[in-house]
Amino acid sequence: MASQILDGGFSDVPVQSARAFRAALSAMARPGRVYDISGAMPPAPLSPAAGSLLLTLADPGTPVFLAGAHDTPELRAWLIFHTGVPIAPREEAAFAVGTWTELLPLEPYRKGTPEYPDRSATLIVEVATLAASGARLTGPGIETARMLSLPELEPFRRNAALFPRGLDFYFTAGARLAALPRTTKVEAA
Amino acid sequence: MTDKNQAMTDTHYNFAYLDEQTKRMIRRALLKGLAIPGYQVPFASREMPMPYGWGTGGVQVSAAVLTPEDRMKVIDQGADDTTNAVSIRKFFERTAGVDTTERTAEATVIQTRHRIPETELTEDQILVYQVPIPEPLRFLEPRETETRKMHALEEYGLMHVKLYEDIARHGNIATAYAYPVKVEGRYVMDPSPIPKFDNPKMEMAAIQLFGAGREQRIYAVPPYTRVVSLDFEDYPFEPSKADHACDLCGAQNSYLDEVIVDDAGGRMFVCSDTDFCTTRRDGGHVGRLGAPGTEDAA
Repeated sequence: MASQILDGGFSDVPVQSARAFRAALSAMARPGRVYDISGAMPPAPLSPAAGSLLLTLADPGTPVFLAGAHDTPELRAWLIFHTGVPIAPREEAAFAVGTWTELLPLEPYRKGTPEYPDRSATLIVEVATLAASGARLTGPGIETARMLSLPELEPFRRNAALFPRGLDFYFTAGARLAALPRTTKVEAA
Repeated sequence: MTDKNQAMTDTHYNFAYLDEQTKRMIRRALLKGLAIPGYQVPFASREMPMPYGWGTGGVQVSAAVLTPEDRMKVIDQGADDTTNAVSIRKFFERTAGVDTTERTAEATVIQTRHRIPETELTEDQILVYQVPIPEPLRFLEPRETETRKMHALEEYGLMHVKLYEDIARHGNIATAYAYPVKVEGRYVMDPSPIPKFDNPKMEMAAIQLFGAGREQRIYAVPPYTRVVSLDFEDYPFEPSKADHACDLCGAQNSYLDEVIVDDAGGRMFVCSDTDFCTTRRDGGHVGRLGAPGTEDAA
């Protein structure tokens, strides 16, 4: 177990996190488009995409909430060793990671204030697959419309209605990710 | 990365100069900026090895965004060959080992001071603006606590009063650069001191990131986001430029610099975008005072 905790981080931190961030940035700028992101090999059940995202963005200043089956001793130890994050409950988290049902309910997460809407949580939703089907997305970053498989529609509609407050989402599957910021409008295709 | 760049890279610095902790902080601010288009995200701006006012905000954003595979272009008022542009380009050649270019079409990351390139940007490009004063309401309301509240309440009446007073005093909206825009129908944003001629280009395919180092703010506009220049129904927004063609390349539709060429009132107008002008002259376009090719001494 010890070696599993020490392994699986970035071997070349500045370069690998720069590449991972480019994927995260592109995804957030173009909601619904799927990007490759890799570099981290975290302990199960965390996906390489979610692991790479956390290694790139999380540090001692960003509490992380591990939802449901993602809250394992191995994963806690791995995250703390590689990033130094405090593990925190939903209410305090800057990042939360887990499957959709484990991450619910959305109410407790920080959604920012009217003066500081950026002080809000980013949820990393682990999904089985990312497909260009299901929900129809429109809004900033999307020229006309884009399709993305979403676990539900209504929670994202309610989240978008809070704008400029609200949560931002990454969906991760294997070594791929897509994003859904609070600005994106979702409807059934 | 080429061998040449490897040799030029100064390995005493971390990749792209900034430490990883700082880059993570800037990267988180950039992502929230994209999620809330036009909203100014506070960030802990660092001292950079250049003075405030020389693009420290843009440099920090570029440092957080660059990957070794990028090809970077830096412009200052449209020009690749001014002191500010040359020194920032050399800075990243040395600390990040990235390739650089003067060709807009070949660049993946473009850092700019006060212009948007004439060549239309693509989905594969990122435009990084250097911003001196990120708060569009600052000259109307000096208190940060108040402007923050005004943004929260979407209270932008003061800005319209300012534009109205322009009309009452000058007969038209006299603001010619840093012309305020409304992003996606919500936040009023300072587009940095670009000429208002460039404002319509901000609805583009590329990602736009803004860094204000001294003022410690980052903001962003995702691709295809609505960016509307503020105006009135009876005084609609008009992007303007000098009413001339470029004297070197003959372009009718590019933003022009006026250059005094003697002490007898002689003047010429040239494209502010040097790459655009050079590319046109290489393509055989010749203006009033130009000779074909890039070697002319107009």
